[in-house]
This record gives sequence, structure tokens and C-alpha cells, in this order.
Amino acid sequence: MTALTPPMNGGCRTAPVLKERGQREVFCGLTGIIWLHRKMQDAFFLVVGSRTCAHLLQSAAGVMIFAEPRFGTAILEETDLAGMADAQKEVDRVVAQLLDRRPDIRQLFLVGSCPSEVIKIDLHRAAERLNAQHAPHVRVLNYSGSGIETTFTQGEDAALASMVPVLKETEARELLIVGALPDVVEDQMLGMLRAMGIGPIHCLPAHRIDQETAVGPNTVFALVQPFLGDTHAALERRGARHLPAPFPFGEEGTTAWLSVIAAEFDVPASLFSQVTDAPRARARKAIAQAAETLNGKSVFFFPDSQLEIPLARFLTRECGMTAIEVGSPYIHDALVGPDLDLLPAGPVISEGQDVDKQLARARAARADLTVCGLGLANPLEAEGLSTKWAIELVFTPVHFYEQAGDLAGLFSRPLRRKSILKLEAAE
Amino acid sequence: MKLTVWTYEGPPHVGAMRVATAMKGLHYVLHAPQGDTYADLLFTMIERRNHRPPVTYTTFQARDLGSDTATLFKDACADAVTRFNPQAIIVGASCTAELIQDDPGGLAEAIGLSIPVIPLELPSYQRKENFGADETFLQIVRHLSKPQDRSARITANILGATALGFRHRDDVEEITGLLSDLGIGVNVVAPLNATPADIARLPAAHFNVLLYPETGESAARWLEKNHGQPFTKIIPIGVGATRDFIAEVVRITGRDAAYDESRLRLPWWSRSVDSTYLTGKRVFLFGDGSHVMAMARMARDEMGFEVVGMGCYNREMARPVRAMAKEFGLEALITDDYLEVESTIESLSPEMIMGTQMERHIGKRLGIPCAVISAPVHVQDFPARYSPVMGFEGANVLFDTLIHPLVMGLEEHLLTMFREDFEFHDEAGASHHGGHAPKPVAQPAAAEAPVPAMSIIRAEEQPAEPTPAEPVPNNIIWLIDAEKELKKIPFFVRGKARRNTETYAAEKGLRHISIDTLYEAKAHYAR
Repeated sequence: MTALTPPMNGGCRTAPVLKERGQREVFCGLTGIIWLHRKMQDAFFLVVGSRTCAHLLQSAAGVMIFAEPRFGTAILEETDLAGMADAQKEVDRVVAQLLDRRPDIRQLFLVGSCPSEVIKIDLHRAAERLNAQHAPHVRVLNYSGSGIETTFTQGEDAALASMVPVLKETEARELLIVGALPDVVEDQMLGMLRAMGIGPIHCLPAHRIDQETAVGPNTVFALVQPFLGDTHAALERRGARHLPAPFPFGEEGTTAWLSVIAAEFDVPASLFSQVTDAPRARARKAIAQAAETLNGKSVFFFPDSQLEIPLARFLTRECGMTAIEVGSPYIHDALVGPDLDLLPAGPVISEGQDVDKQLARARAARADLTVCGLGLANPLEAEGLSTKWAIELVFTPVHFYEQAGDLAGLFSRPLRRKSILKLEAAE
Repeated sequence: MKLTVWTYEGPPHVGAMRVATAMKGLHYVLHAPQGDTYADLLFTMIERRNHRPPVTYTTFQARDLGSDTATLFKDACADAVTRFNPQAIIVGASCTAELIQDDPGGLAEAIGLSIPVIPLELPSYQRKENFGADETFLQIVRHLSKPQDRSARITANILGATALGFRHRDDVEEITGLLSDLGIGVNVVAPLNATPADIARLPAAHFNVLLYPETGESAARWLEKNHGQPFTKIIPIGVGATRDFIAEVVRITGRDAAYDESRLRLPWWSRSVDSTYLTGKRVFLFGDGSHVMAMARMARDEMGFEVVGMGCYNREMARPVRAMAKEFGLEALITDDYLEVESTIESLSPEMIMGTQMERHIGKRLGIPCAVISAPVHVQDFPARYSPVMGFEGANVLFDTLIHPLVMGLEEHLLTMFREDFEFHDEAGASHHGGHAPKPVAQPAAAEAPVPAMSIIRAEEQPAEPTPAEPVPNNIIWLIDAEKELKKIPFFVRGKARRNTETYAAEKGLRHISIDTLYEAKAHYAR
């Protein structure tokens, strides 16, 4: 259908990886709750943790959301630590209080944190017990979003992985799309796949708890996010087969991702073109506008969301940028391998972080655009670098054709802004 | 365990960060897991700081727990001192590191640094952010201040201002100017912009001006006890309190001084006839204890509001806030439970809230205007312009702050007179607030409000989650005509009218509310 040409100089898949351990300037996995609780409309996320966890969730939301959110923290107190209160009983009490307040909740996630992991509160046991107690009205699951085990987007991975074992068994040949997408993007994607005659299709996570999402030996699944390593493994354990593909960012990535699925379902080339030609052309046109600003510029990625490798592929191949360093918290070859194949050789590929050393490299490189977390962006701007704060890439619809221009725009806007501001005296 | 939705204060190590980030030449080595670094963004994003907070985190992970987290801490400490070359360091643990009991103070001592090492004991599971800041500043002062002679001229230290404080930057400038008018120099401002060397010079001042008891009182008390420096107790917020503060300074220094009130506008602005509409506006105050107490006096005595409720989230201030509430004939609300604050506001239905960013959200949900008067802060609380809340200019700023959320006098009347004008209707909100949606032609079905999932970063623009209709007490039914009449009442008093009418009907044992009931209730509650 549409085989992408690998770069002339070879890709980055076999490039040596700079592995660093040191201070990591990253969010923990609890952060994923911010988007997951909006995506899953009948779910509540109860963090068992400290005041720090509650404060993180509040701060990471960027603003305090004024509606009562579908997440909360059971804050550990001195009595919980001194063993004076039985943690399991305390969890039961808090959950009863919560479900009483929110009878609309159908799925409850007990989310482990750094302190709950360190003092070894067994949330798996708690979830099993509470599940037996509240079934069938409420399904209770658990996962860890702790900083000692997870980085930022790994929280979504852990949450989805915890859902895989309770999916129903099926023998049907079905397509499962894995990863939380904004609703508008999910609808576009399903529209295109259905127009190609592919189905049945289910999404993990679904909006609401359902009886249809199932998994079995005839299930094939595609990932829409590159950070779902544990979910990938859990689905394979259930017998499902992964369709490895570049991630659907930009026109090329979207086409490559769709064509892998189309090939699996024997979609005729003519039908594929019929469905994709128009949106492909729109995407190219939209990207071209932003690419005018980005063309010939250099980019440096700090590790943040694990989206870095697919995004670097998009920026280098479709927007004419040069990557200097592409940092990622973790590199799963089975997931991002196809993107590494397409990323032109040259940049340093780094995994993990020692933030002060990496800052020294970023300052030496003085890339035209530095992609980094919120803690670093303003300080680097003050040093004269242009930055794109990475969390926006996770909070904005950026996948598939119709968003490809917006994705490029997220990167071009800081550069355009820098060029239009005239703050010096005219003379 | 305590179920919490939103928090007013962060953990105590964030308080320590507020002190460290405010200062220069000081570094904080924090034993903490990865993820705790989120706290950097409070400073770089909310406060738009142009440098990273001076904090090195050990960011240990699960695999480190089995091996040697103590060595990790020592290495981080040594690296930080080499890289950042601070004059002193503070060391401590976040909530998770507290559990693994590595003793950061002892470890930092053991590596034999040539600079002062100040250990912090901040119990994460008992105390909160304000305590963390107050205790950290106390420890810094204890360790670094040096006995010395008083300065030749009369000087004061200004204590308590931190990073991420509510208007601290401008308050310090305003009070520095006021002291200068009184012929008093400023020896050191701390923690804000102070270096460890400046802290050493604190005892040279003749007295201390304590602007923020939440974050500076322990240090002020320690300096009083150990260096004989008296400190000011009055928080100069509002005209009356500023004049009282000046009197207090005169008493401490024994020097009478003329000062310049020519820039003070609040008294005339408040007396001028346009302000008549402010009379008796029912306000509810919530925030940190110091700001709430100072603002309550100002609201009542200088704006002519009626204070219908007040409270604070920091238990440390419970006693004075309770005493003041009693003096106002009220019972104080002392809680850090956001939902409790919300239900209190709902039942009081004030005409305005003077609160924090959290109450601003509550007000938005309940349709009650809110002026922000206290931390916790938001990016909006760091305006580019000069806007103190202390001193005489602070009083001017507060006058503007407190009337801005309200519908102004004449507009209020016009809305009442011509309620159904298609352009000038009350659902458009106050005319000086832009960006209101045009009046909807028909209400869409309430069930599926279009929530753009995942664009949470702009969450304020999202519609509120639909709330179930309030159950009317005793199942009293609103007749259709009365319901229609109620809708003609302007939005800023509609909630109060509804509640008063229902209470009235319940008292009279009525099952139905008619138009007559509505107006009987209005007459009954007329003030």
C-alpha cells in the first residue's frame, strides 16, 4: 500500500543509546489520571498516598478544575504509618464514603503511590475484596502510579494493563485500538477504519464500562500511544497479536499506521486511497504551512512523555527539522522500533536522565527549539532558548490526519512568537 | 486516611522550597522520589520564575530502595555543592523519603562540607506547607544569624515574604517605602531575595516587621527572644490597619513621624455616592488566617459590607480567627476540606466571596462573584503591574479588587428595571466583564454537556459538571408563575431570593410557592 522510504543514511534503530541515571525532572505516573478520568466517564481514581500526591494532581492539572473531579486522594496520616490503623480497613472505609457520595461511579481504580508502595499497602488485595463486595455495580481494580515505579505516561500504561485481565474472552476476529485518545480524534479514526470495511473495532479504554470489549487469540491490536509497553505485554499474554507500526502522528505516520491495519484486514489499495486521499492531502497542506517556520531548524528533546521518538520522526521527515538529541524516559524497541527505523541517523538517542548534564548539552547545542517539561521551559527561555513545553503534547488532540497541522503548529508557534515580538526600542 | 479532593496547602517540603526559591545563594538538597520534581513548575509556571528553583532531588526509584539510597543522597549533596556553589545548604526529606529514614541531616554532616548545612525535620504526615516554610525559615535564622551591634540609624527587617506568596513582591516594596517615609531603613528583607550572608546580619536591625505570620512568625519570635528584637503584630492591610501599624512602629521606635497620605484614595472612593450600592453587601471570607482577619476588618469598616461568614484553612490560626469571628457575631469555619467550604458558601448564599482561587471556582459554580485575597495562588495572582495589598497603595488596590467582581450601581438598577431586554439581560453578567456567551435561544438537553475530553489544561473553559437540582426542603413546590417571576430577579440576588422564599414557605408550613409567597418573603426579609 504505502511503504515509507527509510532514510538514505540509515535510521536510528541500531544507533547506540546514551543511558543516563541521575536526577530526573519528570512527572510520576499519577499524572495520567488527569486525562484518564475525563476519558472514562464512569470511573473514579482513588490515590492512596500523601499530601504530595494530592498537590501534584492539583498542580499538574495546570489550573484547579472547578467541578468536583472524578479523582481524589486518601491521604495517609500518622496513625496509618504507625500501624495504629489497619490500612485495609481504612481503604474500605474511604471507598465506602466515596461510593456513597458518588453512586454514579461504575469503575474504581485504587492507585498506589510512592508512600503506599514503600509501606507496602497491598492494594491488589484491597481491590479483590472490594470488587467482590461491590460487584456487579462497581468494578474495582488497582495499579501503581508511584514515582518510584512509573514516569508520567507510564501511569496510563499501568492503568490500561490493569484492565486487560478482566476483559471478557472472545474467539472473534476483532480489532482492538489501545490508548486514550481525545473523543474527536477517536471518532475520526473509527470513521476511517470503518469506511475501509474493518470491524468489529473496540477501544481500550472505552468511555464506559461495557460488555463488548473483549480479547482472545483472534484479536489483533494496534497502539495509538508509544508508552503502552505493559499493556502490550498483558494483551499478548491474553493471546492477542500486536500490529507494529509507526505511530499516527503527521501525514506519514498516520498513513503508515492505517496501512498496517489495512493490510492485516486485506483492504484493497483502491479503497484505502478512496478513504485516505482527501484527508492526506489536507494534512500535507496544513503541515506545509507550519513547516515554513520549522524547515531547517534544529530540535532537542528532553525526556518526558515517551512520545519523543515518534515526534522526532515527524518533525525531521515532514517538517524539515534536524534532531540534535532525542531523549526518552524509556525506549521499548517493540513499540517505537518502526519509528526509529524511519528517523534519520544523526541525533543522540538518550534514555533516562541526569538533568544537569543534559541541560549542559542543551545549552551547548542551543537548538532552535528545545522540547522540555514545565519546570525547565521558562528558565531556558530566560537563557534565550525557544522552548515547547512537552505536557501540551499529551493534553492536545495531535493524532491522525486532521490534527497533523495542529501538531506542527504546536512546535512552530514558539518560534513564530519569538519572531513577532518586538520589545526593543525602534532606534 | 483522609479523603481529599483539593488541597489548600501542599506538603511541608513545598513550604521549604518556597523559602529556598525566594532566597539567593542557598541550595536545597531534597531526598525524594522521581515525580516530586513536579514542584518546580509551581515556581517556573505559576510565578513565571526565570530560573529553576535551587533544589536538587535525589529522585530515587524502586530499584534504588533495595540498594543504597543513603549513598545516593550523599552523592547528590556533594554534586550540588560543587555545581551550584551555594553559601549554605538546607537538607531534608519529602514524604516518601521520610519513610525510608535515611537521616539527610546526618548524611550531609558526614561528608564534611565547608559551608553550613542546615537539617530540616518536616513531618510530612502531620504538617503542611505553611508550617514547612515557617520552620525552614526559623532553622535558617537559627543557624546563620550572628550576634552583632545594632545599626547606627534605626532599621527594621521585613520578615516572612516567600516565593509563591500572595502579592509578597509588591507588599515588600510598599512597606519598604512606608518605613522610609517614617525615617526607618530596611536592614534585611527575608527570606525574599536574601542571601545566607544577609541572614547573618538580621540582628543588626532595631526591630522586625512581620508581614506574614504564616511563614515568618517562628523566626520573629526566636529573634525577639535571642536578639531582643521586638516585632510588629499588626498586618497593614486596609487604611485603619495601616494607620495602626504606623502607630505600632512609632511606639516601638519611640520616634514620631509625619507620613504622606496624599496617594491614599480609598476613603473618598468609599464615601463618594457611587459607592452607596456597596452598602451591606453580604460577603463571605475564606483564606489564610492573617489575610482573612485583616480583610474582614477592611470589608466591614472601609467598604461597608456585611460579613456573613469567615474562616481559614490553616489550623495554626484557628484561635485568633475564632475570636475575631465571635466579635463579628459569627462562628468561624476552620477546615481544609474544600467541599465543606463549598457547602457553607452555598447555605449562606453571600453576594460576594473574598477567598482563594479555590473559592473562585466555588463562586463560579454557584454563580457568586469572588475576589481573590489570599494564597493558594494561581498565575493570575502574579500580575505584571504593581499591585500590593498592604499599605496605602494596597488599600487603593483592594478597593478596586473588591468592586471589580460586582455589578455596578446603576447597572444593577437597570438590570432590575428591564429584565428581559434581549441584549442587556442579566445572564450576560456584569458589562465590564468581557467574554460572556450570548443568551442561548433554547436550553440544550442538560444530559450530555460537550466536554472536550483531555483538554484539561484549559479546564476553566469547560462547562461545569451538571449538578442535580437542589431538593427543596419539605417538598415545597414552586408554582409555574412564581418560578417565572423568580427568573426575572437579577442573577446576583436570585439565589438569595430563592432560598429566602423557601425558608419562609417552610416556616409558614406552605406546600406551594406562589407569586404572593415570593413577595411576602421579600417583605419579610426586607432590610
